[in-house]
Amino acid sequence: MFAGMAFRRPKSQLHLHLLIERKEIMLDLVGKRYYWFLLSILVIVPGMISLVVHGLRLSIDFTGGSLWELQMSRPVQPGEVRQVLSQNGIDDAIVQTADNNVVLIRMRELKEGSPQKDQLAQALRTAFGDFTELRLESVGPTLGTAIRNRAIIAVALTTIGILAYIAWAFRNTNNPFLYGIAAIIAMLHDVAVVVGIFSILGWLRGVEVDALFVTALLTVIGFSVHDTIVVFDRIRENLGRRAAPTFEQIVNYSLVQTLVRSLNTSLTVVFTLLALYLLGGETIRNFVLALLIGIVSGTYSSIFNASQIVVVWENRELHRLFARLRRQHAPA
Amino acid sequence: MRIRPWQTLIAIILLSLAAIWVDLPGRSLDPFGWKENITVRQGLDLQGGIQLVLEARPPAGVQVTQDVLQGTRDTIERRVNGLGVSEPVIQTRGNNQILVELPGFQDPERAVRVLQRTALLEIIDTQGQFLPVGTVVNTTAGPASEAAATPTPTETTLTPATTGATPTSGASAAGETPIATPEATPTPLETPTPGGPVYETIITGADLKDAYPTTDQFGNLVVGFELKPEAADRFYQYTSTHIGQPMSIVVDKQVINTATIRDAIRDRGIIQGLSAQEVRDLALQLKSGALAVPLEVVQSRTVGPTLGQDSIQKSIIAGLVGLSLVALFMILYYRLPGFISVIALLLYTSYVFALFKLIPVVLTLPGIAGFILSIGMAVDANILIFARIREELRLGRAITRAIEEGFNHAWPSIRDSNISTMISCMILFWFGRYVGATIIQGFALTLFIGVAVSMFTAIVVTRTLLRVLLTRGIFRDVRWYGISPSQIATAPASAD
Repeated sequence: MFAGMAFRRPKSQLHLHLLIERKEIMLDLVGKRYYWFLLSILVIVPGMISLVVHGLRLSIDFTGGSLWELQMSRPVQPGEVRQVLSQNGIDDAIVQTADNNVVLIRMRELKEGSPQKDQLAQALRTAFGDFTELRLESVGPTLGTAIRNRAIIAVALTTIGILAYIAWAFRNTNNPFLYGIAAIIAMLHDVAVVVGIFSILGWLRGVEVDALFVTALLTVIGFSVHDTIVVFDRIRENLGRRAAPTFEQIVNYSLVQTLVRSLNTSLTVVFTLLALYLLGGETIRNFVLALLIGIVSGTYSSIFNASQIVVVWENRELHRLFARLRRQHAPA
Repeated sequence: MRIRPWQTLIAIILLSLAAIWVDLPGRSLDPFGWKENITVRQGLDLQGGIQLVLEARPPAGVQVTQDVLQGTRDTIERRVNGLGVSEPVIQTRGNNQILVELPGFQDPERAVRVLQRTALLEIIDTQGQFLPVGTVVNTTAGPASEAAATPTPTETTLTPATTGATPTSGASAAGETPIATPEATPTPLETPTPGGPVYETIITGADLKDAYPTTDQFGNLVVGFELKPEAADRFYQYTSTHIGQPMSIVVDKQVINTATIRDAIRDRGIIQGLSAQEVRDLALQLKSGALAVPLEVVQSRTVGPTLGQDSIQKSIIAGLVGLSLVALFMILYYRLPGFISVIALLLYTSYVFALFKLIPVVLTLPGIAGFILSIGMAVDANILIFARIREELRLGRAITRAIEEGFNHAWPSIRDSNISTMISCMILFWFGRYVGATIIQGFALTLFIGVAVSMFTAIVVTRTLLRVLLTRGIFRDVRWYGISPSQIATAPASAD
């Protein structure tokens, strides 16, 4: 029985969450599906344009090169450091300074233990006094390409693995692959959002994409699908008990039922990530940012995209759209 | 149905006590020394250290087989052990790379020098010439190749599975080309004229029984070595017939010193003319054997110790704040079950941390982030269950029944969604093998363990605690569960 609708007892001081949970607000999420799609497109398109125009700012993990972080004994200007470097034959170094006299140098590959490194270190010591070497990361150019290929394979493998699992988990429904494909589209949505925003950030703020970014992306994929499956699971259950007359209503009912849970779960994850972003170390800040964006996007796509795609398909809305277009363009 | 949660509760309490005991730092409460080897293993990015990826650069026309790579790895491992680093990582990667991690080691130049040098020792017959130190020579064990990246124009073939060079003249063996990068050789190489003399190799590193730092009669630090019996015979025969003539000791085709043979030598000798550090490193390299193929550093990561310690402190604070926020939210929103889930979350933290210590998992910065992220995800299972319980309560089910139904209905969602996260973790683990190695693998492993343990705490621990509470009538009031009695559907559903 549709017992969830049985009570309506307005209480003004209640939190929105509770109102939704008590079904005092009956939300029509599925009916407005094309607005949700539009919102997604509005977020994704600028990022994709930036991706096409500017690409991603790849870190040395993918391009090869060196990242040298030094703590100087006195404050220095990036220009001074660049000058010393170019006197030693390095013209294309990018130098940044940070708190506590920390200097970050990005340059072509500087091998650990090479005479060139000794020479540079000596030159820097002569110019700025003694320093502590915080880290030196060096990646050879061929290795960078190999890592880039691995990253693409990893994303592809994750997609296939999850698609296969969903198809198996939903094997008792009419169209198991439909759920898998809808989940994958929602997941690609999240990947597009994160990659697009990082492309814009790379262009505006010089944020780089490194191996940790790929890690964040794969985690977001896992989380996005995790979230989508919870909704699909409800749809599967409600379909089984024929909780509402039409497929569209069943999906909407399932969404409303799982809405509070989806929001609460995201909230707890966002709490922990925000704490990490604001209080955690500098080295993983961009990694945490990618996770944060991805998880917010993942929550959105699982509520507003994944199930709606299933509805669009089941209602054969695309067929109708194409049919209408054909009629319009058909010669009278 | 009567549910008896007490046995499960006792099991959970025992498990938790064991986990907390493992979690306690150092040797506290450890009269029998069981915890001696259980420590938190910190990754490179936390305790500082060096990570190197070495790639085989075989001479032209030479194949690097898995056997050769494995042999090289073993040689590298022996050298690393000589450096005195605790918990190093030495892995082969793909078909031509070796990954070396030296946690806590802070001298990158020395690490590269010790690991990269081929260290092929030869004692050659100089045919009466007195070769100056630093001369680069061709020997019967193989010609010298040019310095830098020029490919070796050599007819050398690589004998698979040979770690050391074979002493038989004529037959070339693995590892005779000197290292192809200039940084490995302290002085610039003089290239011998291609048609220059080829000196006969009498002894190679493979003939050594032992090598060690020692002192000569003047008190200088030198490398002492001992030969294997059959080589000793050969050496005796040679030296006894060449008294008064010079003989050179050559490492990687470069003359280290030349001495006049004063006496027949059987099985012991010394290598003079090196600095103290060079003596220690060369002895280590000779003892560990020559590298089967020259190696080049293609990736390196050096982290100073201060950066990591700072990150640990920040991460711990961030973790505590995140945990408190989640706890506060759960209690305010879900009331009694929320409070129970916070207890479950604390137990979850203690279990996961104990597993990290026992397995052991190498903790890295992204790994800690993965752990903190899993705290947020761990409550997801509880949120799913509690949302279900509330729905059941509103349908008018009795509390005990509502809780059981909530758990049963939420299970498929929890299972399916967590499996998808685990699939990504496994692929991440594979990906991590080829990239930042332990850094990304640490994240994948911690997240995987976190998700797996969270299923246990959410299902078993929370459920048992709730069942135990329900044995007290006072906790059966629906207000404990965040809803008022007025919200319950009037239609009586089936009571238990």
